[in-house]
Amino acid sequence: MSEAVKDGGKAGLMRRRLIYLSPVLVFAVLAGYFLWGLNPDRNPRILPSAMIDKPAPEFDAGPLAGMDLPGLATADLAGGQVSLVNFFASWCIPCRAEHPLLMALAERGEVAIYGFNYKNKPAEARAWLAQLGNPYSRIGTDQSGRIGIDWGVSGVPETFVIDGAGRIRYRHWGPLDRGALEDKILPLIKELHG
Amino acid sequence: MIPELGHFALILALCVALAQGTVPLIGAARGDQRAMAFARPAALLQLALVLAAFLALMHAYVTSDFTVANVVANSHSSKPLLYKISGVWGNHEGSMVLWVLILAVFGSAVALFGGNLPPSLRARVLAIQALIAVGFLAFTLFTSNPFERVFPAPINGRDLNPLLQDPGLAFHPPMLYMGYVGFSVAFSFAIAALIEGRVDAAWGRWVRPWTLVAWCCLTAGIALGSWWAYYELGWGGWWFWDPVENVSFMPWLLGTALLHSSIVVEKREALKTWTILLAILTFALSLIGTFIVRSGLLTSVHAFATDPERGLFILLLLCITIGGSLILFAVRAPALKSGGLFAPVSREGALVLNNLLLSVACATVFLGTMYPLFAETFGYKATVGAPFFNLTFAPIMTPLVAFMAIGPFLSWKRGDLAGVLGRLKLAILAAILAAAITLYLQGGPVIPALALGLAAWLFAGAVLEWTGRIKLFRAPPGESWRRAVNLPRSAHGMTLAHAGMAVAIAGMVASSTWKVEEILIMRPGDTVSVAGYDYRLEGVERHRGPNYFSDTATLTVTRDGQAVAVQRPEKRMYPVQQMPTTEAAIHTTGLYDLYTAIGDPDGQGGHTVRIFFEPLVPWIWAGALLMMLGGAVSLSDRRLRVGAPRRKRVPAGAAAASA
Amino acid sequence: MTHTLAAVLLALGLAWSAMPAGAVEPDEILDDPVLESRARDISAGLRCLVCQNESIDASGADLARDLRILVRERLVAGDSDDQVRAYMVARYGDFVLLKPPVKPETYLLWFGPALFLLLGGFGVVVYLRRRSPGPAMGTELARPGPLAPEEQARLKRILEDPGAAAPGNGA
Repeated sequence: MSEAVKDGGKAGLMRRRLIYLSPVLVFAVLAGYFLWGLNPDRNPRILPSAMIDKPAPEFDAGPLAGMDLPGLATADLAGGQVSLVNFFASWCIPCRAEHPLLMALAERGEVAIYGFNYKNKPAEARAWLAQLGNPYSRIGTDQSGRIGIDWGVSGVPETFVIDGAGRIRYRHWGPLDRGALEDKILPLIKELHG
Repeated sequence: MIPELGHFALILALCVALAQGTVPLIGAARGDQRAMAFARPAALLQLALVLAAFLALMHAYVTSDFTVANVVANSHSSKPLLYKISGVWGNHEGSMVLWVLILAVFGSAVALFGGNLPPSLRARVLAIQALIAVGFLAFTLFTSNPFERVFPAPINGRDLNPLLQDPGLAFHPPMLYMGYVGFSVAFSFAIAALIEGRVDAAWGRWVRPWTLVAWCCLTAGIALGSWWAYYELGWGGWWFWDPVENVSFMPWLLGTALLHSSIVVEKREALKTWTILLAILTFALSLIGTFIVRSGLLTSVHAFATDPERGLFILLLLCITIGGSLILFAVRAPALKSGGLFAPVSREGALVLNNLLLSVACATVFLGTMYPLFAETFGYKATVGAPFFNLTFAPIMTPLVAFMAIGPFLSWKRGDLAGVLGRLKLAILAAILAAAITLYLQGGPVIPALALGLAAWLFAGAVLEWTGRIKLFRAPPGESWRRAVNLPRSAHGMTLAHAGMAVAIAGMVASSTWKVEEILIMRPGDTVSVAGYDYRLEGVERHRGPNYFSDTATLTVTRDGQAVAVQRPEKRMYPVQQMPTTEAAIHTTGLYDLYTAIGDPDGQGGHTVRIFFEPLVPWIWAGALLMMLGGAVSLSDRRLRVGAPRRKRVPAGAAAASA
Repeated sequence: MTHTLAAVLLALGLAWSAMPAGAVEPDEILDDPVLESRARDISAGLRCLVCQNESIDASGADLARDLRILVRERLVAGDSDDQVRAYMVARYGDFVLLKPPVKPETYLLWFGPALFLLLGGFGVVVYLRRRSPGPAMGTELARPGPLAPEEQARLKRILEDPGAAAPGNGA
């Protein structure tokens, strides 16, 4: 005899039907997640920064040898001025791609742009800046990559927005693009300027 | 010209599949014999067309036809022939053609060997196979055409990723696909049964051999993949719980459950709806595996070129295939009649437990694999790696393995647990001995030693069950021999598979616990001692291969002054892809491997050398081989042979006479 | 650069950021075997951030090497294992841990398997009770539901012996 008969009653039948329906319901939820996950704007490789709203880490990076520019230290970021900190290297191809944007930003002069020269030979970095122009008013060298680790950097380029109190407010992963600059970074700088 | 013919054949195959997916279904609904009979020739024609397309692509690869974009992207004229051939499926587009080809092979096999299926069931099964083919042929043609031309044609190609230029990896994808796609047959049988509203013992027996074929292939595919990782990645690891590995492991877990639950359907007509659901879910997981690998949904060490548009297309296919079949299940399954009664302690009960634990194991792997995606929706970025899986998987597998030795002893309907444990006394002894000897020899740690004991328990249990059946040593040898010959092949198969599992578990446990490694800089003439073996680096020479350069080291291995082996690990550089690979040197004794790999030079005449002592690691693949062998032996069973069983309506008189 | 490298590899088809035989280099290894073994254990649980799903212990990437050296430096400086992990989490978030911490965001992950087992176990118990003939119904065993043993045997014979088949089934 079938169980439906043995159980008797419509309630039992309803419960059975619901149990048989559950696989397709679970699948519907899953398919929803998959659809969400396919969003082209989503890149699972991008990590959120763990440093947001935290003070910039303690560091004192010496200047880039052979350049007439000061180095960079934690104190330079807390001087009441909004700043943009960019990790770059001459061997980094996306850095080359974002460089014109940084140059344009430097020309507008709205924000101090500081650079970290990441795991780079000074001579190569100098040649690179001589060729493409130098948007940075201070450059600290991070030969070992250790400062990068303290900032939670996983590769170059990465760009941080620091408020006047020296706290990290925003991080951009990968090369800057016009969209990110105009929609996120510039409005934030304006807001921080108050 | 030939690529266009291949493209055309693929288009024709889609048309044939469309017809094969509709006409027989309508025929079966109307009882139209001619429409139903259309399925068989259509399945064969579809195979011929897809095979033509596949051969056309292979021709382009073998002749290095660089007017075909796919060949340019994945081949090079100096590549050895084997890798020109395997390059066909070493990329997204070509692998889709292989996928569809294997689907057509299985469809034709059902058409050829399903001669004694009831015509309506056969027509429906073949139609559903064809509908799956429609989806994937359309996907291939519309989003991933492998026959696209480039103009002007480049002088040479970009070569295949050198890591893929390896005999183990050349055959890993075809085996894996045969596993994935093989489960489509069980799926089609399940859908056909839902449409017909009928699942009985005969159905269980028809489905089992197909599931067994798929399971053997998937086991082979996974084993090949892990073997490749072991010798090619250069540090002796063989399983990483990477999403791509997990998506092949999940159908294996559920497929194993399906293999066991269909026994209950066959013998006792119980677990019918559950078996149907398992058949659907096993294939669903195979499809989801395809989806994840190709959509960029999860990040993985190895992933295909990702493309959200393709992902969307496959998601749509998934929704139709899985969603549709689960809706059909929800509507039709409640009407299926349930079968025989049995006590909780019985063979059925043990198989239910097996299914519970395998399903929970599969769900756990699924949860861990998908969790980063779930967590991302509420803004939490997490990584779920090997430590999570090791921690959660072992507690689920432990009771499974413990009961694996007991289950086969229990009789159907109502078993006698105390009696079984009495018959397993020797296995208990073996378990205690194995754990104690391990502890004595290695001095710990305790849990892996206990795990080895568990493996010994399973092995002894499997052997005892077999010797008990043939009354070895308890009856005259002639009698035992006769019993062994008369024993169904599937019984021998089960013993082999269970024993193989035990061997594999021992290998996994020992190699991950007692592995010894030494990483150092060696100059020619240097010696080092690892796990009792003395290694001397004789020198490092530069060689030139067909499409690579290699630095080959020569190490002589001795033990107590006696020569053991000469090992020649290589580090290769493939100039076209600018990519290095390591070719480890492995000397195996059957009990352990001596594994050496060479790394970069230090610039002062020395090289990084990695030396590993890998205990019991060969047992992992020996165990997998035993499992496959068990599957093959079981498959050769006369009663299980594909299509052999018939469901007949026997005249009342004949039935009464034979009862 | 690692990003472009990954992008280039992806564009080439199968991307394997698994760098062969990268991993721990001889010059990183600490002299103290106890510290070194702790370092290996910690590294095996930290994710290499630029390659996917690989531990820094198994990865040949530059950053992985930097992190391995950092782990060893912290250990030499006297940090406990947990302090080293906390140091990494402070910079890279929970993402860096291959074994996620137990917290509300991961309850589902960590308790999920037990939940599956409970749910499945409950279903199995209900099913077994329904299938079970019950102690007082011993006679049912001899006649279990739709298929009586003799019917079962008959079906088996029919299935096994095509010769016993009735005519007219189209085979």
